[in-house]
Amino acid sequence: MTTEAKTLPVLRTEAIKITIGGRVILGPVSLPMPKGEILAIIGPAGSGKSSFLKVLNRMTDFEEAMTLEGRAHFHGQDLAAVDVVELRRRVGLVFPVPTPLPMSIFENLAFGLRLMGLRDHSELMQRAETSLQAAYLWEEVKDRLSMPANNLSGGQQQRLCLARTLMLKPDALLLDEPCSGLDPISTAKIEEALTELKREMAVVLVTNNVKQASRVSDHTAFLLMGELVEFAPTQTLFTTPSDRRTEDYVTGRFG
Amino acid sequence: MIGKLCIGLSALCCLIVVAFVAFILGDIARNGVHLLSWTFLTSAPSHGMTEGGIFPAIFGTAFLVILMTLAVIPLGVMTAIYLHEYASKTSRSVLWIRMAIQNLAGVPAIVLGLFGLGFFIEFLGGGIDRFFFGGALTFGQPAILWSALTLALLTMPTVVMSTEESLRAIPAAHREVAYSLGATKLQMIRRVVLPQALGGILTGTILAVGRGAGEVAPILFTGAAYYLPYLPKKLNDQFMELGYHIYVMATQSPDVEATKPILYSTVFVLLSLTFALNFTAIWIRSRIRRRLRLER
Repeated sequence: MTTEAKTLPVLRTEAIKITIGGRVILGPVSLPMPKGEILAIIGPAGSGKSSFLKVLNRMTDFEEAMTLEGRAHFHGQDLAAVDVVELRRRVGLVFPVPTPLPMSIFENLAFGLRLMGLRDHSELMQRAETSLQAAYLWEEVKDRLSMPANNLSGGQQQRLCLARTLMLKPDALLLDEPCSGLDPISTAKIEEALTELKREMAVVLVTNNVKQASRVSDHTAFLLMGELVEFAPTQTLFTTPSDRRTEDYVTGRFG
Repeated sequence: MIGKLCIGLSALCCLIVVAFVAFILGDIARNGVHLLSWTFLTSAPSHGMTEGGIFPAIFGTAFLVILMTLAVIPLGVMTAIYLHEYASKTSRSVLWIRMAIQNLAGVPAIVLGLFGLGFFIEFLGGGIDRFFFGGALTFGQPAILWSALTLALLTMPTVVMSTEESLRAIPAAHREVAYSLGATKLQMIRRVVLPQALGGILTGTILAVGRGAGEVAPILFTGAAYYLPYLPKKLNDQFMELGYHIYVMATQSPDVEATKPILYSTVFVLLSLTFALNFTAIWIRSRIRRRLRLER
């Protein structure tokens, strides 16, 4: 890898714009997502936060009615030119609702690696332990990895989903309101995990919990009805926002 | 007042339906049970079907149904997967395919039987004979293979629809998770969709078998035999079958009164078989539905 590639952000969007049936859902949005940082994306429902995430690992490919303009880059390479399977392995996504697959905890974790053809059980086991520890779940499940994943509590399931994504050692981690239905303890554990994980990867956290954004993120972007209203270091955005609407939103006056 | 009348009327209609079913089943059970024995189930008919058992018909039915299942599962399941996973939801051709399948379910069985005679026996079988057997009559005649394929056509819509239903029941989130972990479409189908659809496929197959096991019309011209002194061993053998055996005994017996008890017992065996299959299918389906509800 050249020195230039090292300093490039893992993910970067350039004037990304999404329209559905002539209506602008998002954009234009230009944001850098470098390794070592958590980018929080805040905004009320319908502001295009989730759509933005879907662009980054090309889940938007499935939306036939959607028009995508602008560019996104992965390690400086045009996202559209990256092999989509490879891209999704290296840009992990955690969904808002915990979605364990109907199989055992271990099989959930091994799913992605098995797709790549990895069969070695001891290596899978090792990666599973590392990932579960990174997701702060290891202690709770280490004795029952063969149990159906559906038997876990909601908070545990979501941490399992995080661990499942980490199994592939992604370069970027996208989280779509990962704590929306979780108890405070699970939420705290996920937040703690993210601050550790950002050392290894770029983290993008979509959240409608303003406090969460201020707690864990390095940069924050505020979206309102598809428009990128403000993007700034988190502390700046929360203490001295430059836009009136940002101030109203982060102080809880609307949204 | 009118409301009460409506309730009373619909209750009466229900009662009539239930009464008919109960009467038929009761009659068959009462008259069919006493001749049932191990020998009846395991011996061949004798004395012009006025004595002996029904083993060749049971054997033929089982053989036929197994062949049919082997044909209908791949055909039906792959059609359902294509329709639900690959084809564009809005495309016109999919609409036509789906309509064709639904209409296939409505085609009278006797028409399918004639189709089997024309297409499978005359065209396919005849063709095979001309190309591989120098015109010697081998596959170009009624045979268990052609009956099984004709039955597969009859039951395919059931398998397609039931498989599609179970595909629809799989949460979209599971597919998205698979994709987000780097699955290709084929991997997603193989590892996420098919394992979860297995119950639905099984239900559809069992229902199809239950339906196919009792159908006479499709096999009438394509392979069922009035009486055979041997059991079918090859794909191009003819065979005896329970439903057809019932038809034969009821219409062509030399001694109607002597055949009657055997007839009752044969009907009893066939009904028990189809009921057992249907109940298994219902049981599996309710288990799946319960599981799906729990997971949501």
